[in-house]
Amino acid sequence: MTERYDIAVVGAGPAGLAAALAAATHGARVALIDAQAHAGGQVWRKDVAHGWPRRAQAAITQALHHPHVTWLAQTQVVHADPHSLLLESAVGAQRIDYAALVLANGARELLLPFPGWTLPGVTGAGALQALAKQGWPLQGRRVVIAGSGPLLLAAAATARRHGAHVLGIYEQADAANVQRFARSLWRWPQKAMQAALLRGQLAGIPYRCGSVVRTAHGDSALRAVTVESARGSERLDCDQLAVGYGLVPNTELAQSLGCRLRQQGVHASVEVDAMQRSSVAHIYAAGEQCGIGGRDSAWLEGSIAGHAAAGAPAAASLLRQQRHARAFAQALETHFALQPRVRTLAQPDTLICRCEDISLQALDGYSDARSAKLATRCGMGACQGRICGAALAELGRFPRSGTRPPLFPARLASLGDNLSDNHRESSV
Amino acid sequence: MSAARLTIDINGHALEVAEGISVAAAIAILGLPFRRSVGGQWRAPLCGMGVCFECRVRIDGLAQQRACMTIVRAGMQVCTDD
Repeated sequence: MTERYDIAVVGAGPAGLAAALAAATHGARVALIDAQAHAGGQVWRKDVAHGWPRRAQAAITQALHHPHVTWLAQTQVVHADPHSLLLESAVGAQRIDYAALVLANGARELLLPFPGWTLPGVTGAGALQALAKQGWPLQGRRVVIAGSGPLLLAAAATARRHGAHVLGIYEQADAANVQRFARSLWRWPQKAMQAALLRGQLAGIPYRCGSVVRTAHGDSALRAVTVESARGSERLDCDQLAVGYGLVPNTELAQSLGCRLRQQGVHASVEVDAMQRSSVAHIYAAGEQCGIGGRDSAWLEGSIAGHAAAGAPAAASLLRQQRHARAFAQALETHFALQPRVRTLAQPDTLICRCEDISLQALDGYSDARSAKLATRCGMGACQGRICGAALAELGRFPRSGTRPPLFPARLASLGDNLSDNHRESSV
Repeated sequence: MSAARLTIDINGHALEVAEGISVAAAIAILGLPFRRSVGGQWRAPLCGMGVCFECRVRIDGLAQQRACMTIVRAGMQVCTDD
């Protein structure tokens, strides 16, 4: 039987939690859906050793225990139709109907190819944080953190809290830009406090601006990295490299529903108005998929979307706070803009598509993702081009091709028993 | 916070782990790679959040499960690529 909800919220990070809570206060019946086992998203991911941050704990408890909210954990959206979602979980597939939909799918890391990046032991920066919070062993391990943005500091702090020996943080932005960013932080007192706290937690760890990891060395697993900075080239023996170049909005679900996207540089985000309405009626979007803005703007936009989806106007103060939080995103983008050399790290024989083991040189001569895919299988694997697509766009090759169902690899039984009404009619 | 312990099976070896950790963490505790790529290279988690699919393993007979998104359960049978 198909469950019916007034509002379905996809993603239980700050944006999704805020949306579910706001909608529920108006009496709406809400389904809160997330592929992970625990609510919180990435920024509020539960740490098995240390629990949730206090603010996250409060929001999660309130949302998940609200009598109008149904929490659907470890549930993946594999297909979306107007007013209906096909969901898959360990127990099987189900369809739910919704009157309004709030998309809060968040973002993933921008992971750029370089020689050795496929070695076990090389992860994203946020990735290492996520893994460590779920028990990934770091005690006594030598960890190098690299890439770009304030996320590197958070990743280093998490690694250290889990017992890692953090050898250094290597930021690609130059020192002048990072200092300008630091000086602008007074406009967001909470961020400034967070930064001060992190500085304390990271005491003694070298922070080098204008530096990149050129190569990861190892045979069947990571053994060392070569870091290049103004001081020259340096080889560091290490057990773990965490390297992330920022975040990319997860727009696949919005795109499959026909929501208009807008280009921000080489990556797309979901276009919304001040009330977080997408270009499609009854579909709202909030948080990182509307452009990388961080936890605070995600929470505010989630609230605005939740109120709007329930048919209630959001308070003017919310809208004002959201604009201020979004300005932080602009500061991030400006000061941590990627330097050209980051896009030249991949060599002709560096694998770009990790699912199908396709090298950069195998993609020479293709100017669009579709023809590259047809000829080489690039982007055809299990990640559906999520990793290589963003990388190739950043490298200036071609943008990722459009999304096709299912949104994630799904079991045949999930698709077979649950064809959408349209598909069913056309196949009879 | 000291968590309760439970036992899972990885490639035929019993492993006692803390309750609540991911299958990915359990495999890393043993120091095992996760899967072989189509070209035969060893791979392990990259994104840590269910996007890259590099951590796919067989769990309780079901292939292609993302180890980073799965929490250990007592008696769970995990097989990495061999």
